[in-house]
Amino acid sequence: MRMTDRPPLPKPPPRIYTKAMQKVAAAADPAAAAEVLTGAEIVVRCLRDEKIEFIFGYPGGAALHIYDALYRQDEVKHILTRHEQGAAHAADGYARATGRPGVVLVTSGPGVTNTITGIATAYMDSIPMVVICGQVPRHLIGDDAFQEVDACGVSRPCVKHNFLVNDVDELALTIKKAFYIATTGRPGPVLVDIPKDVTAQTAPYRYPQQIRIRSYAPVHRGHPGQVRKAVQLLRDARRPMIYTGGGVVQSGGAAAAALTDLVRILGYPCTNTLMGLGAFPASDKLFVGMLGMHGTYEANMAMHHCDVLLAVGARFDDRVTGELSTFCPYAKIIHVDIDPSSIGKNVKVTVPIVGDAGKVLADMVAVLRGGGGDSHNQHLGSWWKQIEEWRAVDSLRYDRGSALIKPQFVIEKLHEVTKGEAFVTSDVGQHQMWAAQFYNFDRPRRWINSGGLGTMGFGLPAAMGVRLGHPGATVCCVTGEASIIMCIQELSTCKQYDLPLKIINLNNRYMGMVRQWQEFFYDRRYSHSYMDALPDFVALAESFGHKGVRVEHPGDVESALAEAISDKDRLVFMDFITDQTENVYPMIAAGKGHHEMHLRSADSGDGGAPAERELA
Amino acid sequence: MEERRRIISILMENEAGALSRVAGLFSARGFNIESLTVAPTEDSTLSRMTLVTGGDEAVIEQITKQLHKLVDVVKLMDLTDGRHIQRELMLVKVEATGEAREEVKRLVDIFRGNVVDVGETLYTVELTGAGGKLDAFLEALSPNRIVEVVRSGISGIARGGRALTVR
Ligand SMILES: Cc1cc2nc3c(=O)[nH]c(=O)nc-3n(C[C@H](O)[C@H](O)[C@H](O)COP(=O)(O)OP(=O)(O)OC[C@H]3O[C@@H](n4cnc5c(N)ncnc54)[C@H](O)[C@@H]3O)c2cc1C
Ligand SMILES: Cc1ncc(C[n+]2csc(CCOP(=O)(O)OP(=O)(O)O)c2C)c(N)n1
Ligand SMILES: [Mg+2]
Repeated sequence: MRMTDRPPLPKPPPRIYTKAMQKVAAAADPAAAAEVLTGAEIVVRCLRDEKIEFIFGYPGGAALHIYDALYRQDEVKHILTRHEQGAAHAADGYARATGRPGVVLVTSGPGVTNTITGIATAYMDSIPMVVICGQVPRHLIGDDAFQEVDACGVSRPCVKHNFLVNDVDELALTIKKAFYIATTGRPGPVLVDIPKDVTAQTAPYRYPQQIRIRSYAPVHRGHPGQVRKAVQLLRDARRPMIYTGGGVVQSGGAAAAALTDLVRILGYPCTNTLMGLGAFPASDKLFVGMLGMHGTYEANMAMHHCDVLLAVGARFDDRVTGELSTFCPYAKIIHVDIDPSSIGKNVKVTVPIVGDAGKVLADMVAVLRGGGGDSHNQHLGSWWKQIEEWRAVDSLRYDRGSALIKPQFVIEKLHEVTKGEAFVTSDVGQHQMWAAQFYNFDRPRRWINSGGLGTMGFGLPAAMGVRLGHPGATVCCVTGEASIIMCIQELSTCKQYDLPLKIINLNNRYMGMVRQWQEFFYDRRYSHSYMDALPDFVALAESFGHKGVRVEHPGDVESALAEAISDKDRLVFMDFITDQTENVYPMIAAGKGHHEMHLRSADSGDGGAPAERELA
Repeated sequence: MEERRRIISILMENEAGALSRVAGLFSARGFNIESLTVAPTEDSTLSRMTLVTGGDEAVIEQITKQLHKLVDVVKLMDLTDGRHIQRELMLVKVEATGEAREEVKRLVDIFRGNVVDVGETLYTVELTGAGGKLDAFLEALSPNRIVEVVRSGISGIARGGRALTVR
């Protein structure tokens, strides 16, 4: 992979240390006289010692010492994005796909404010990330200096924690703390603000191996008594339901495996949130699809009627619960979450369990297996019979005979062509929901999207991070013509680093999700939800040095996808001209209950001829 | 659900920005703060905060959990869960001329306050106690005599062996 356009690295000049500096180093750690480094060098060494492969960033005045230190080494690879928002999303995508923290490096002022959307995106979805930003020199802080912004202040509401480093002697420890906090407990972004003069000062370098923060001690193991109680409740259920979310994906591969074991041992129905897709294989009969606003009929009906609900690593988001007063009216709820504040926040819980999803699920499996007796639940037959009736409604059906390209069809074909093994990122809108509903993820960390903040512009930069984390993998970005424009500049980054992403633009010439709401709830007043002057996406992609393809007929969808996926070297931008009138079904209107779904009606034209719908 | 007034004691790292994290949490999540006092403890690395808030049980549970989640918060305790002492300091400047001068002095004595500054026409009174006592004192003064009132907000501590420390 070509990492930069610059000539090979010159050898760094040998560093000359004064006697005094060496003495300081020896005094600080008599056992191993630590090397004396500048703050900038310390930053880079910390990243190396943290085994960080990539950092995503954009240079500027306050970060220049750090950029200089980066230049003089080649262990930590810097990916130059075209916008700081792109850097944050790329780091985020890398983290979601690999489970390792994403790292961002930006300058002060506009550099850091440009990352805020990316930081908030990571925060809402609990993604581990460390953002390092330059700050004006300490003596200028508070003076409205050039490119000064209170980075800790502006980021505070959307970070797990942040630090302003006032002393070079504390720099390494602070960076260690940042990684520790970002990656443990409920993960999240941590920002480290470093004044420029601190990056120029020197200090003996030592990176702590272990760290303890007295005010921060996440719990991992669930309480054994609570675990037994939960298993008993599950065994006694007549209409059980298992609902899991992003926490199972975050916890790691072992959690998804333990969940799969648990569900299969019990033979209970399982649903995933938008963030939890892939943690339980979608191809398993026990999977009833995603739940919530655009979840399947069977998943939402089973939620509504269940008598025992096991929730793991899911936070009862309003897009999932709908109207709280009618949410799961018959259920006793077991809630497993690593963050105590998630438990009992929105719904009352019968058995709360604070702990890591993977550990608690494994403990549950052990109790089930060790329990002896007949674990077969005799009520299951009639419950499944009911669920199969709901499933037979086929709430995801769409018109397969349409003369226009149906977006759902594109995703189904994408699944076929990639054998369900691709990493799929998305932007935000209808296309996101169709990707979630139709790709059928069988493995965790394959589905990368912004759920909590719903950030348009996320998909492309996130895909770059995914591909860097998984070189050689097929990485697809499912997007819409409005979303892709929000971070389109990153096509240039893809060129520089040879990232052969596959962009699937479901081009409906509308902000489809907004248009859908306006169709349903605003009497078809399509206020500013269309775009009058779209670019020629094929020419646009080509101008960035990539391949562009336009696909206008259903018959061409499969071959276009197959050709693009088999091209291992080039980024291919596929502009699918889709049916403008298509809507996402089922849909629970905001504030309605699970049993009040909008289903596709027979006369909406989706069973036969396209409906006449006034669109503009 | 029943709304209750709560006094929450918080032990937190004495770090720059710690106070703004607490204040930010309350405004971002729409919790109300009736009063908040903060100062370093005998261990200068720690600050002790007393926060008075209100809400039903579910809200209070979220408040304590969210506070706990702040990385700088070492420990916290809901003082209202048990027997506790709460004190507030008030400084009041009152007009004290003519016969009112004696009257104000008498009132201060009854409330066990002190006159800490004496001017020709003004007394400055210091009074400590639970919030209700301070309210009562202000009510007892005729309102047009009050020139200025400063209240510190409540500081609290648990009675008996219950203590909020890192040890
Ligand atoms: C246009 C649009 C439509 C949407 N429609 C839907 C929809 O129909 N259905 C839907 O589900 N969502 C939908 N969403 C997404 C929704 O907004 C939320 O982001 C999502 O539901 C939250 O998922 P989650 O509950 O899995 O929580 P996450 O945000 O993934 O939170 C994870 C939870 O797990 C916990 N956790 C983290 N790590 C661990 C661990 N190691 N062990 C245990 N617990 C852990 C965290 O504390 C947290 O409580 C939509 C979003 C958009 C933008
Ligand atoms: C940054 C940002 N601004 C606005 C929105 C609100 N929003 C949600 S979906 C959507 C339209 C997306 O249009 P497009 O990318 O074309 O996707 P489609 O719904 O048509 O598939 C908008 C504007 C958002 N989610 N993010
Ligand atoms: Mg669109």
